[in-house]
Amino acid sequence: MFKYFEPNKIFSITSRAPKYVLLVFIIILCIGLTEALILSPEDYKQSHSVRIMYVHVPAAWISLGIFSIITFLSIAGYIFKLKNFFLISKSLAPSGLVFNIIALVTGSIWGKPTWGTWWAWDARITSMLILVLFYILYLVAWRIYGNNDKVFKITAIITTLGIINVPIIKYSVDWWNTLHQPASVNILSKSSIHISMLYPLLIMTAAFALFSLLIFLMKYNTELIKIKNKGLDRL
Amino acid sequence: MYGRKVKLRFFFIFLILLILSFTVFLILKSLEENVVYFQSPTEVKTLAEIDDKKIRIGGMVKSKSVLIENKEIKFIVTDFKNEINVIYAGIIPNLFAEGKGVVAEGFLKDKSLFFATKILAKHDENYMPPEVKEALKEE
Repeated sequence: MFKYFEPNKIFSITSRAPKYVLLVFIIILCIGLTEALILSPEDYKQSHSVRIMYVHVPAAWISLGIFSIITFLSIAGYIFKLKNFFLISKSLAPSGLVFNIIALVTGSIWGKPTWGTWWAWDARITSMLILVLFYILYLVAWRIYGNNDKVFKITAIITTLGIINVPIIKYSVDWWNTLHQPASVNILSKSSIHISMLYPLLIMTAAFALFSLLIFLMKYNTELIKIKNKGLDRL
Repeated sequence: MYGRKVKLRFFFIFLILLILSFTVFLILKSLEENVVYFQSPTEVKTLAEIDDKKIRIGGMVKSKSVLIENKEIKFIVTDFKNEINVIYAGIIPNLFAEGKGVVAEGFLKDKSLFFATKILAKHDENYMPPEVKEALKEE
């Protein structure tokens, strides 16, 4: 039912990639942390607690990005019956979940000194919490149905349901009154973050993306080895 | 080009997304009052009645309106159209300041007087170093 793909060919590339990705990740992370923690200026209003933002915002971006990729791959995989897409999605999900939790925890740590509360049930924060639940639901579905072809349909449906939440997260701060501030970094209009703070933010985002790629490659290799061990060289 | 099954599956996912978007839209639209974290002074003015339920109001702390007497702090929350007087006794967050955003949780006495039980500072989307802020002020 699923189109053929050759794990051996892919494996010959993905098994060698992690060490290079790890090297680039460490370099970028060092530059990013130096920029974010030492070289970048403090904020005029919140002073040094602005530095939490360099972890919080990239983590939130990556978790949203990974969920979008997972959804796209799962839906395309479901429509065209491409098993490989599901394996890629499965391998991407854990780092998405971890970054989502990091975004919530760092947001909470930032919220206490800034807002005066650890947690607020405003639209942005609540919808991010719902995203965590969808990530967990997705991963639990793999745990339960992992060795059954049902898993492809179930995970495609879960991501389809969850993707509705992504534009809600993005626009919650514009649609409703929220305690969370609106976006500071805009692609189409002018950003309200100073350029000296934007650079460390973008470098940290690159570092987190590389970390996700690294974890993804490791997970994906495991999946390929599992297939090999079953004595199949084609699916 | 693609088989009938592929087209059907595509249609199936498309329908799910369509139905889901409409459902979520309707739910959020009807729950709007509960989704918002706080109400602005203008929204408070248009309230039909005042009950003794706990609500949150938010806006800017009006310049030169903060008054500290004994253990009480009084200030005015404004959205530049309407204003509400707020009375509060307790800990205020560090970032609470005149001309900055604030969210107050508490009870309405009437449409222009609010007894707060908790004050949260609202941070805006502007991030810049102190020198840039100074430069902006001078302009």
